[in-house]
Amino acid sequence: MTIPDWRPLADLSALTTRADLLDKTRQFFAARDVIEVQTPLLGDATVTDPDVESIPVPGYGFLQTSPEYFMKRLLSAGVPSCYQLASAFRHDESGSRHNPEFTMLEWYRVGFDDVALRDEVAALCDTLLGPATCETLTYADVVGDVERPREELDLAFADASERLGPGRYFIIDYPAEQAALARLRPDDPTVAARFELVIDGVEVANGYWELTNADEHRRRFAADLARREARGLPARQPDEKFLAAMAEGLPDCAGVAVGFDRLVMLSVGSRSLDGVLTFR
Amino acid sequence: MATYSTNEFKAGLKVLLEGDPCSILENEFVKPGKGQAFNRVKFRNLKSGRVWERTFKSGESIEGADVMDLDMEYLYTDGEFWHFMRTDGSFEQVAAGEAAVGEANQWLKEQDVCQVTLWNDDPIAVTPPNFVELEVTETDPGLKGDTASGGTKPATLSTGATIKGVPLFVNIGDVLKIDTRTGEYVSRVR
Repeated sequence: MTIPDWRPLADLSALTTRADLLDKTRQFFAARDVIEVQTPLLGDATVTDPDVESIPVPGYGFLQTSPEYFMKRLLSAGVPSCYQLASAFRHDESGSRHNPEFTMLEWYRVGFDDVALRDEVAALCDTLLGPATCETLTYADVVGDVERPREELDLAFADASERLGPGRYFIIDYPAEQAALARLRPDDPTVAARFELVIDGVEVANGYWELTNADEHRRRFAADLARREARGLPARQPDEKFLAAMAEGLPDCAGVAVGFDRLVMLSVGSRSLDGVLTFR
Repeated sequence: MATYSTNEFKAGLKVLLEGDPCSILENEFVKPGKGQAFNRVKFRNLKSGRVWERTFKSGESIEGADVMDLDMEYLYTDGEFWHFMRTDGSFEQVAAGEAAVGEANQWLKEQDVCQVTLWNDDPIAVTPPNFVELEVTETDPGLKGDTASGGTKPATLSTGATIKGVPLFVNIGDVLKIDTRTGEYVSRVR
């Protein structure tokens, strides 16, 4: 019998870099009075997004695809600006830049809009990766023609964002249909107050000036479920506790999720998560 | 034949693409965080040797190809076909045409064991051994004792292959070891 390959993927220097970046991240938020929280990784409900597939755990619910709903419930209950560093899980996502389990850094800033949060994301990147300027592009700048089917747009966006090449780019003004849980821009409701950060061609962060309207949440969930059905994907129940929290009132806030493993990857100069994950 | 979904794609998998047998070289999973997932795949067309790149929606399926790589002994050519025999004791033979043999032609020596790629039992490609030993049939006269000057010359081998970069001391009748992947001289065998 051959001995299975049991050794870790990441070398010691990558592990040390990760430890250092975790430490710097915690210091960054401590200095800004953003508190660290922990919410369940295993929850009884999950997202309706047709492009995010949860891993069900029979008898328990779902491994969480991000801490978003739990953290927004904290905010609705009066918890101030907070962040979380934890594993998130996505079914069937596996590749050089994807792993079914990955580390997500997610934070919410009460009173911020997307523009203020972008500045903070840029400051965190300066702290973790060294200072550099961020350019800002619109979604239309990146993909060209926006009047195309969603599937074509997704592929065009994936290709074009990789081709942006070296440097840090904020991409803003996503079409309203891709708002996810961002509010629409008050002065131009054809675009969402949503941004992504692409560094050296790698998608690193996705942030919103958060939608707070409970009825609009219900409408978007229903639209998600219709798209799920059209694509033959498993049905999902809207998270009623999350919706009840939205009805109670989510404070005006902006939030962002950062793929922490990808940041470590960029920091050590690896092109694949293999260089920074212990095991996969 | 089985079909394979994108999540089963991996290097080496043999599939049918536009009617041709292909081998997957690279499979990259691509997905914007809030968008659809795709697989960007590189294939080698096993008939033409060309590399193809295609993008699939994740979850799409393609048909597998019944492709086998077999070690076979090269027997002879009748000018139209090159005949190979299985080495498993069955003495079963296949005849490969020019399209399948292609560039391998210039390295085929009787009794050498080659890799023959069969698609639905028909030979579609022949890969010669990485190293072959072939006799020199034509070259400029050797410079006696010159084993160190570093100069080189071309030589023609028994299969008709012409190679550059043969040392000056090599003579007609010498047997040379050649790397078939690069077509380069390795050493003089005798």
